[in-house]
Amino acid sequence: MRSRWSYVYFAFYLLLGVVLLFLNNDLSKAVITLMNVIIVLVPLIGTIFGVMYYYNSQEFTELLLAQPIKRSSIFLGQYLGVALSLSMSLTLGLGIPFVFYGLFESSAIWDFSLLLITGTFLTLIFTALAFNIALSNENKIKGFGYAILLWLFLAVIYDGLFLMTLIFFEDYPLDKVSLIGTMLNPIDLSRTLILLKLDISALLGYTGAVFKQFFGTSFGLIVSFVMLTVWVVMPVLRIVFKSKKKDF
Amino acid sequence: MVTIENLHKKFGKNQVLSGVDLSISEGGIFAVLGPNGSGKTTLIKSVLGMVIPDKGNITVLGENIKKNSEYRHKIDYLPQIANFPSNLRVKELIKMIKDLRKPTNEDERLIDLFKLEPFLDKKLGNLSGGTKQKVNLVLTFMFDSPIVILDEPTSGLDPISLIRLKDLIKAEKAKGKTILITSHIMSFVEEISDEIVFILEGKIYFKGSIQKLKTKTNQPDFEHAIASILTDNHA
Repeated sequence: MRSRWSYVYFAFYLLLGVVLLFLNNDLSKAVITLMNVIIVLVPLIGTIFGVMYYYNSQEFTELLLAQPIKRSSIFLGQYLGVALSLSMSLTLGLGIPFVFYGLFESSAIWDFSLLLITGTFLTLIFTALAFNIALSNENKIKGFGYAILLWLFLAVIYDGLFLMTLIFFEDYPLDKVSLIGTMLNPIDLSRTLILLKLDISALLGYTGAVFKQFFGTSFGLIVSFVMLTVWVVMPVLRIVFKSKKKDF
Repeated sequence: MVTIENLHKKFGKNQVLSGVDLSISEGGIFAVLGPNGSGKTTLIKSVLGMVIPDKGNITVLGENIKKNSEYRHKIDYLPQIANFPSNLRVKELIKMIKDLRKPTNEDERLIDLFKLEPFLDKKLGNLSGGTKQKVNLVLTFMFDSPIVILDEPTSGLDPISLIRLKDLIKAEKAKGKTILITSHIMSFVEEISDEIVFILEGKIYFKGSIQKLKTKTNQPDFEHAIASILTDNHA
């Protein structure tokens, strides 16, 4: 199941890359369009594939559990299997058309690499979160529901709430709050990172300037990547912890 | 061989095992019996480390099984319901399990014994229940481990395969292995087992030979002896 769908996913990105390049005729513009797609789609695909794979391989997991293999290796193996094949599909699917278009001679190469790196991070994060949800819910429908809700929350609702808070407290200095708020959501964090890298922060006004001051520096970049890594490590640790206590 | 001390397990509000003490010596066939939902499978899964007990200790061949996976090299386990990944072929599954444990040639003999050759290239999802159980048996018996655990080994088997299975179990016993069996087929249990372990309401109610059970319950045959335990305890 896993391999067939990752080919479809690969083909999708390949097509997306080719079409965007063809329509935009410009690497940097294509990167911006791609960002919008990746920021929303990558977490969704990671979430759905993660949950689906876990539930689909439950029988197989039980078979493995009776064998002399450590629990942590069974579950981490499954997680890495899904997350890495999704990341591969993303990187190769988008990478191939861009390379053929002349990515290496273009100035957009750094923006593009950043896009792929954050895309990979998002895949790792959301697959791990999906595995966590599936591990905690025996009921498949519930598990799917929670997973989709989580994605919806982080991709859409969080932004809304965030914006409302900013409007509500507009009389107060909000630079720090908005910075922290961005840091706490991996999707927002990735979006901000890429936007600022693309040098369109002027569009964001004063906040943009504050963000630029922070994310634009190498310190900000490092902090952001540390945050993304934390977002990967935490759910993965919970997978290990939770799987050790689960009954089958 | 296998020692279980004060084992407790609760699923939600349902107390399944409440203080099981059991020690199983080396060699022989032990039948774990009990009414539906008495905790037979939970007990077996605890020994395998698939169910994590709330309280209690289990040692297998002198090793505590907590946070340990190596001891499972010494156990062959036949799960109750053969749930295999449906898109794998029989051949692939056998090869994969061999890769996980150790190389063996025993499988060829077992495939021949259960007449599974025509199914080797079929996908597991397309097999009948009985054929799946035969595949299950091949996977279990192909490693020559000192402990064999069989959860309902007879389910779905036709009479001829049942005879072959009995012969197989007896042959394994002759090698000096310790075999744990759960079953609801009393004639099967009576025929092959050396000792009975009867679980009732999460505790060991009786442990001993069939003869001892008959004397204890004052019943002439085994089936009635079991039935009398159940009626006496309103189970």
